[in-house]
Amino acid sequence: MSKTKKKIKVIKIDVDKCNGCRACEMICSAFHASPKYSSNNPQRSRIRLIRDPINDKYLPVYAGEYTASECKGRDKYVIDGKEYAECDFCRASCPSRDLFKEPDSGLPLKCDMCEDEEEPLCVTWCLAKALVYEEREEEREEEPVLGEVETGLEALVNKHGLQKVVDTVARLSKKG
Amino acid sequence: MAYAETGFNLEIDLTRGNIERVATDPKLTKLYLGGLATNAKILWDRVPPEVEPFSPENLLIFGTGLLVGTPAPGCNRTIVSTISPQTGLMAYSMMGGFWAPELKYAGYDKVIFRGKSPKLVYLWIHNDKVEIRDASHLQGKGAVETQELIRQELKDPNIQVAAIGLAGENRVFTASIEQGRSSASRLGIGAVMGDKGIKAIAVRGTKDINIARPVEYLKLCSEVLKYISDREEKPVPGVMPILAGLGSPQEMLHTDEKWHTENFSWGNSRTRRKEFWTKEVEEKWTATQEGARTRLISCYNCPMKCGAIISLPGMSTYMMKCFSKLTYNMAAFVDDLEFGFRIAQRATEYGVDGFSTPQIMAFAVELWDAGILTDQDFEGCPTDNEGKFYWLLDRIVRREGIGDILADGTHWAAKKIGKGAEAYAHNNIKKHEQLPLKLGMLNPVYFLMYSTGEKSNITQIEGQFPQSPFPTMEEREEFVKDWVHVPDEKFKQYLLDWELRGEKSNPYYPTVDMSVDIVDWQEMMHYIDDGLGMCAGLSSFPLKPPYHIHNYPQFISAATGIDMNEDELSLAAKRSRTLVRAFNIRRGLTRADEKPPEDHWKKRFPELEEQLLDAYYKFKGWNNQGIPTKETLHELGMDYVGEDLEQRGILSYE
Repeated sequence: MSKTKKKIKVIKIDVDKCNGCRACEMICSAFHASPKYSSNNPQRSRIRLIRDPINDKYLPVYAGEYTASECKGRDKYVIDGKEYAECDFCRASCPSRDLFKEPDSGLPLKCDMCEDEEEPLCVTWCLAKALVYEEREEEREEEPVLGEVETGLEALVNKHGLQKVVDTVARLSKKG
Repeated sequence: MAYAETGFNLEIDLTRGNIERVATDPKLTKLYLGGLATNAKILWDRVPPEVEPFSPENLLIFGTGLLVGTPAPGCNRTIVSTISPQTGLMAYSMMGGFWAPELKYAGYDKVIFRGKSPKLVYLWIHNDKVEIRDASHLQGKGAVETQELIRQELKDPNIQVAAIGLAGENRVFTASIEQGRSSASRLGIGAVMGDKGIKAIAVRGTKDINIARPVEYLKLCSEVLKYISDREEKPVPGVMPILAGLGSPQEMLHTDEKWHTENFSWGNSRTRRKEFWTKEVEEKWTATQEGARTRLISCYNCPMKCGAIISLPGMSTYMMKCFSKLTYNMAAFVDDLEFGFRIAQRATEYGVDGFSTPQIMAFAVELWDAGILTDQDFEGCPTDNEGKFYWLLDRIVRREGIGDILADGTHWAAKKIGKGAEAYAHNNIKKHEQLPLKLGMLNPVYFLMYSTGEKSNITQIEGQFPQSPFPTMEEREEFVKDWVHVPDEKFKQYLLDWELRGEKSNPYYPTVDMSVDIVDWQEMMHYIDDGLGMCAGLSSFPLKPPYHIHNYPQFISAATGIDMNEDELSLAAKRSRTLVRAFNIRRGLTRADEKPPEDHWKKRFPELEEQLLDAYYKFKGWNNQGIPTKETLHELGMDYVGEDLEQRGILSYE
């Protein structure tokens, strides 16, 4: 398989520098409002600060992929004497929590690195420099392009599980 | 659609347990902005002067500023207004933190409490769902502890909680309301909250705050952010480090306390220790502070780091800011900074004002030394300075023995104790304890601010104009170069001509008229901030802040869609200032109350002081008793105030 170079956008998160102000949440939600900046609401933000000041926990986490089902088990991490739930580091929009979902529709949210902006706005607004934008190049194997039907089926499998889809296809083919 | 504000208040009747969501009058926004002024309007309309602080008819209002929760950096203040049990006048203590934006996101601009709950409760606001919940299990719990317990009980770490501690429950006149890294401390509003039977207000909001002209507004906010970033690289030369930058005085960051420890007074605001700050003290205090401070922290959407997480072995963690770092040490004559950090932890959990409370304790110790309070009053009290303060703090907060008398503050305690104790309550204005600052030469600007400030304490009135002249003309010229903040060019000349000594120095320079101008500018900016919910640390307090009279109108216009220019904004600030004044006048404030402590300056000038007051009142459009005239009130569109003052015989009929 051939290899291609891809620009990877990176936000370096230095949790020691975070002052817990949540400007990142505010500006993210404002940027993604429609029309742009017409409203803000941290609940719509694609970055959330996992914040527990008394225990000195400050952990900015970005919204990643949607997942239909939550993990079977959950772990805990203890780092420098501070206890974190595994979910604190997880980017998924997941049924187990209310992060990274549109508050009205429940639809999943995902960080898009503010697309056309010079750098993600959470970075611009973080004067504490807990969030720093970087770019790096990565070589990666080219993935085969999936057909439309295959993409659709893959989504259904993700949502309902392979067996259900197989059963349904079998049932549909009998009808046919 | 409402812009910047939500357009709704919550009305909570604690006696009946009734909760209502009430639409506000949008016309008031242009006239009064929001925050303090609209709180004051509600108090004016609904709390007649006969109402006592601890009456069910007294209101307790938690108001957010007009721009709170919008992208404007540093706009996160809650303004809590009620009748102060200590002064009998309006208290409007404020706090930063995260509570006010959360309330806006929940869909409300204010929470207005009336009546009294028959048992201890807390209010739980979750968007449209609002309930009064039992708080009997939280009785006696610490103010910080309570915030954590409620978050656990409601199973959401993102809930913001404002809570009182034991002091508030026991109606101590210096009881605070604590929240996150901030607190609304002055004038006993925590006591009113306790009297109403409210342990805490928990808020969680997930709604939008809307902006009328989004692109324009965000551009303004981004400019402010950039300005803050640049300004932090350029501290103002020639002023002490804590005043050179932005924010509230940076006492969690800086360890150099030479200025406070040698210029402010120790004990019961008596003794200056001019040789205190030795190399040895500096090293020890620096080590203590750096050891105790785990992190510098911010309020909502603010890049400044004025607060700190304080954690010492053997005690629970808490948050601190500003001068409360030193108040206990200095009042108790304790040279070990760790004492200050430790006793402040207990005081924060109890929920007491870190300015007044140490002074009450120093006052009590002095009365004991003088034999006015006796060994019997102090039975069981340790003899060392640290021990005395811990003992007194516990007595005051629990209102036990002598603590019950001291819990009303130095003014009322002295009256009860008698035997000449009044002379020891020497550091009050309008019955309220002041910063322990005793100086030599009268400063006319500060004289006016101390005397006439409706807040009865200096820290949230001053700002913008340097506290003292720069020694050389070069420094002055350098300073005024980029001083775009002045409302008028004449202020630059005032500063350029201001000398340390000679004809053009205190107390006769700035002249009476100039002093009035300077005070008017300073308080205008504070009244605007208190209406918008902007932290004074990014606006009215520091030198050369990002927000000022020239860019504020654009912020307000773009956020709300209400067109506003500088003149209209100045008028709105004037309405606010005049309404708070009228409210206090109606409650009995007189010219005779408007004076700094007698020993505040060594050199006093009675004639000049009268001239200053006369000129200030006249400039404000008040009569020589400090009462806004009918004409002034009419010009401001506040005939309703004039008519009321007339009916009560406070203003005479034409």
